[in-house]
Amino acid sequence: MREEIITSGRMNPMIDPQLHIWHWHIPLYLFLGGLAAGILFFAALYTILGKEKENPTAVKIAPFITPILLVVGLFALFLDLNHQAYFWRLYTTIRLESPMSWGAWTLMVVTPISFIWCALNIKEIFPRWDWKFKFLYDLDAFFRKHLITMSWILLIFSLILGMYTGILFSAFNARPLWNTSILGPLFLTSGLSTGAAAIILMSKSHEERLRFARIDIMLIGIEMFLIVHMFMGFLASTQVHIEAAELFLGGPYTTPFWLFVFTLGLAVPAILEVLELRKFKVPFMIAPILVLMGGLLFRFIIAYAGQASRWLY
Amino acid sequence: MRYAMAVDTKKCVGCSDCVVACQTENNVPIGYCRDWIVEVTDGTYPQLEIEIRSERCNHCENAPCVRCCPTGASHYSDGGTVLVKKYHCIGCGACIASCPYDARFPHPEGYVDKCTFCLDNRVKKGMDPACVSVCPTKCLYFGDLDDPRSPVSQILKKRKYKTLIPEAGTKPHLYFLI
Repeated sequence: MREEIITSGRMNPMIDPQLHIWHWHIPLYLFLGGLAAGILFFAALYTILGKEKENPTAVKIAPFITPILLVVGLFALFLDLNHQAYFWRLYTTIRLESPMSWGAWTLMVVTPISFIWCALNIKEIFPRWDWKFKFLYDLDAFFRKHLITMSWILLIFSLILGMYTGILFSAFNARPLWNTSILGPLFLTSGLSTGAAAIILMSKSHEERLRFARIDIMLIGIEMFLIVHMFMGFLASTQVHIEAAELFLGGPYTTPFWLFVFTLGLAVPAILEVLELRKFKVPFMIAPILVLMGGLLFRFIIAYAGQASRWLY
Repeated sequence: MRYAMAVDTKKCVGCSDCVVACQTENNVPIGYCRDWIVEVTDGTYPQLEIEIRSERCNHCENAPCVRCCPTGASHYSDGGTVLVKKYHCIGCGACIASCPYDARFPHPEGYVDKCTFCLDNRVKKGMDPACVSVCPTKCLYFGDLDDPRSPVSQILKKRKYKTLIPEAGTKPHLYFLI
């Protein structure tokens, strides 16, 4: 038997008895960021491919929620900071080794583009919109002229945004559950999947819905594969990683993860979408709502479970 | 210059004098601490073994906290000590999550705080860190690893020692004599 106790002094709140430094803000932001990245990725992709007509919601309507998602997410991030008055220090340095620095700068690119994207499509929502000033019309014309360039930038940076939300966690070797490089692609896939789900929810065209249901099934498949891979990796790794995996294999996160995320958030919506493609009558809202809830819960679980996993010494 | 500290686990009695000295010297807010005592009991009664350690920031050579800091507030300072620039820190908590030793905590004023080896307030003035100077059993040794005559170099030459979680790849500068 081995017992290790801290006999004095160490009663630092937020660290003892286990780390509680990141609360609801971070997972909420990671969800919103991933969702925005997913929606913007599809908007940019179909613009580059020249398929705006077939995918009107993905290209023109769905991006309208991304500035809101990003601003709410950024506000959550700001609330999470302990030294809020100095948040601008993020933008006086570029630190390539720090994923958080990458993220801060990526958001500086993606957020303005999301606003510009909405401005270019404002007539879809308000048909009688008038920019009033000539320079605004000039700006509008400028961005329209460089739409493809902007789409390429958006495509790349939305992928970085989706990926970095996972890398943010995986860069911490002190928390074995997070310390797996699969988390980057996993969060990216989940972000794209929630993006597709949001587009299905907003779409009015049956064909577009079916197209995104097909994309979503593929993404969910990749996600499930990555999750299984992640646990295989943990179980084949060191004791600290095995114990991190055990949080999900019999530990406190078993039910929330396997029932609510894996079954209800991934497996069930995938089955519903397959049924829909096979022309069964399924209310089309159910699958995307389950995907969105699963994506949100997935990030909360990873954020909290990661803080409970640690090295042994 | 590479500052390091050695803790004699055979001599440490866990009196917590180092903790109180640090809190006093560095004005650590009430309820927080930059160093602490860990007591490890191994075995089954009556065959028990006990190890007492005075722990603090390991001032790692390959510090994960410096790597993940988005603003460069966590940095390597003189003698390889790892310090936080108070007015560069945004309090994001990344360094706290990245430390395998849980040596950092959010100061109530917002920035992240931790052991400094008393670099500016004592060591640069030629004194030992507060914890070292008050230890009643003289179980703490401090000095420059590059100076073969420093107390820490000399004790590490004579005694067997270990570091905490060397497999985390942090190259810690806190040695435990065993």
